[in-house]
Amino acid sequence: MKPAKFDYLRAGSLAEAHEALAAEGPDASVIAGGQTLVPLLSMRMARPRLLVDIMHVEELSRISVQDNAIRVGAAVRQAALLGWPELAKRQPLLAHALPWIGHAQTRTRGTVCGSAALADPSAEIPLILVALRGEIELSSGKAKRRIAAADFFTGLMSTAREDHELVEAVRFPCAHHGEGHAFREFARRHGDFAIVACAAISDANGTRLAIGGVADRPLAQDFGTLDGSALDDALQDFAMELEAREDLNATAGQRRDLVRQIGRLTIEEARACRV
Amino acid sequence: MPRLSAGRRHTVRVTLNGRAVEGEAEPRMLLTDFLRHVLGSTGTHVGCEHGVCGACTIDIDGAPARACLTLAVQADGATIRTVEGLAPEPGRLSVLQDAFRRHHALQCGFCTAGILMSLDIYLRDTPSPTEQDVREFLGGHLCRCTGYVPIVAAALDAAQKLRGVARDA
Repeated sequence: MKPAKFDYLRAGSLAEAHEALAAEGPDASVIAGGQTLVPLLSMRMARPRLLVDIMHVEELSRISVQDNAIRVGAAVRQAALLGWPELAKRQPLLAHALPWIGHAQTRTRGTVCGSAALADPSAEIPLILVALRGEIELSSGKAKRRIAAADFFTGLMSTAREDHELVEAVRFPCAHHGEGHAFREFARRHGDFAIVACAAISDANGTRLAIGGVADRPLAQDFGTLDGSALDDALQDFAMELEAREDLNATAGQRRDLVRQIGRLTIEEARACRV
Repeated sequence: MPRLSAGRRHTVRVTLNGRAVEGEAEPRMLLTDFLRHVLGSTGTHVGCEHGVCGACTIDIDGAPARACLTLAVQADGATIRTVEGLAPEPGRLSVLQDAFRRHHALQCGFCTAGILMSLDIYLRDTPSPTEQDVREFLGGHLCRCTGYVPIVAAALDAAQKLRGVARDA
């Protein structure tokens, strides 16, 4: 299991990274932490002609708060965000979910934006971005744009990013006062890919639940203030709409059942956490 | 850095266990293979080669990381520690290694180098872990011999001894 041949460019600046992506387009891949990409290279599921390493572009390694959102640059590692002192205060849902990404030994290298860019349907970062109505910042040498997470994730490992664009940052909206949050995940072992992952946000107007690991991308739905059997029925409809995948870990039916059961627990926990 | 072309070998320089070393690597060479085949440090083992088993875990710039999920060229300029760097001198084991021996925390030894590197960094950053903390952290490693119980015991024992050392110092 060795990668096929590729050129390697360690970009020294954002402009250099943009230039390489503009010149090579579909034949280039950005490499950041490599925790998802290197296995894809080794298994030859990805065969780029050029890898553009962005980890030495200083301006991409910042975490900041802008317009009431946490802006995380493309070179910020998952462990760095987890260690950011303001995380639990600014967005508790993100603080709950980050320890579920891979293992401590992969979070030290893997980046937040890399997880978004590669869009694994079981991954936690895309799920949280969709749950919170976050945004993805895309840039090229010519232009910048911001796109809602729900529009960015378009399917299995696929996104609305154009070949010449870089995922420059992601934005997680900060928590509003009085919101309750909950995150739950089911996997065979902690650290494995999620079979079903649930994230819920609850406020006075209702509760929003996002599900990962079931459809080909994370999807969210608002459940208002439904409870009792009405909530069960709504969860049942949502579970059917997700068109669950079947794989070695679980059948589609098991996944739907987990959405109903764990989805409900997550909604109830988020409601109970409201202050 | 200029663009490194595929199929050619390029010089990669790292600090390995305190020594500046260099070797030649194609861009596609994994850090595991660079350590073992180019630099000759075969203490780091290669298991699943896709980040799951943890056998190849090493210390890159002070943090535990999978050598198999890192390209050698990405590591150019990095400070790396491997299992060969743990013992304070030839013939003497580190506190953690000694705890592994006393608790029979290994049998075949294939996973051991990775677990030792992970725990060495973990105990430095977390001097007083609970048993649950250690188990959670070890979730990033597979061992098919021990059932993990002696590894957890060795880690907690080493933590206690290291706290004593830190107090005496």
